[in-house]
Amino acid sequence: MSQIFDGDGRLIPVTYIQAGPCFVLQKKTKENDGYDAVQIGFGQKKEKNTTKALLGHYKKANAAPARYVREFRLDDNGAEPTAPEIGQTVDVDLFKAGDHVDVVGVSKGRGFASPLKRWHVKRGPETHGSMYHRRAGSQGASSYPSRTWKNKHGAGHMGDARSTAVNLVVVRTDKEQNLIIVQGSVPGHNNGYVMIRPTIRVKKAARQVYLKNTRAERMAALASKAVNPLKASKKGGK
Amino acid sequence: MISKIIRDYEASQLKTDLPDYRPGDTVRVSVKIVEGDKERIQDFEGVVIRKKGSGITETVTVRRMSYGIGMERIFPIHSPKVDKIAVVRRGEVRRAKLYYLRALKGKKARITERKEVTVATPVATNEESK
Repeated sequence: MSQIFDGDGRLIPVTYIQAGPCFVLQKKTKENDGYDAVQIGFGQKKEKNTTKALLGHYKKANAAPARYVREFRLDDNGAEPTAPEIGQTVDVDLFKAGDHVDVVGVSKGRGFASPLKRWHVKRGPETHGSMYHRRAGSQGASSYPSRTWKNKHGAGHMGDARSTAVNLVVVRTDKEQNLIIVQGSVPGHNNGYVMIRPTIRVKKAARQVYLKNTRAERMAALASKAVNPLKASKKGGK
Repeated sequence: MISKIIRDYEASQLKTDLPDYRPGDTVRVSVKIVEGDKERIQDFEGVVIRKKGSGITETVTVRRMSYGIGMERIFPIHSPKVDKIAVVRRGEVRRAKLYYLRALKGKKARITERKEVTVATPVATNEESK
């Protein structure tokens, strides 16, 4: 993560995402596959590391072997007006500053983690002879049900699972470097791979006031009031 | 590790005209302040007690005594709100974080002035190495 200053001098926490150039490798249609989607490839890998079967697949789209291939459904939020054709490139032009997006990735793996870390259960006291430190409390009642309820929060593998950061704001895009700069954090480690799609949280996005209500507008609203609250605090004045 | 692309992009947003200042120096920071629809510049003068971060996240903490009360402000130095930073006085200190100044007042909180030492070009020292 990094930071960026917006036009008003506010500091925004951001994540840089290199988005593209991506190639459309395949189009799935309702008639053929039962659903509408585009298959998109990003990054490069060596030809010798690619199976012959996949090589043929890339060749069909006239693209180099891609490191990361994912499908995007077209029917999810109404078919896109301009679904790209096979072999076309997809880049940052899909999004612009102010758009709301979801970023899907694989979260950082935490290995086998205790319920304290994994579920935020309460821990035991540190001192006063408690002898019960970083352990979760009871597993449940005794004679009834005489077993542990299903889905009881326990220790286990944490992270390294698909995770979505919902409704992030695109702060800036950079066509030259193929960068999408998104406000906030994103699942996964540095240099990880993510998918970006228009957000599914449409209602919430409408409520977002960021970039819609600029600082200048807010200040104008303040100034229009009878008493300027900025000056009201100056008791007596100088 | 930050990728080169990100570093290059951030570098394009950094200020290049910043003076060389260190903890212990007294600086004057000019801040743009918006009042209503007018913008003016306000100066904040004090001792640099901390430098933190690198690149666009770099900040500087400036401490001053104002009417007997210690006052600290943290400036993100690459912010467009920070108009200018000027070094008023150089100070000689032995550590990077001057938190100990918070406990000191008056004469004890003084910092001796740093004299700019011009490093003499070393003369060939063949004999010394023997």
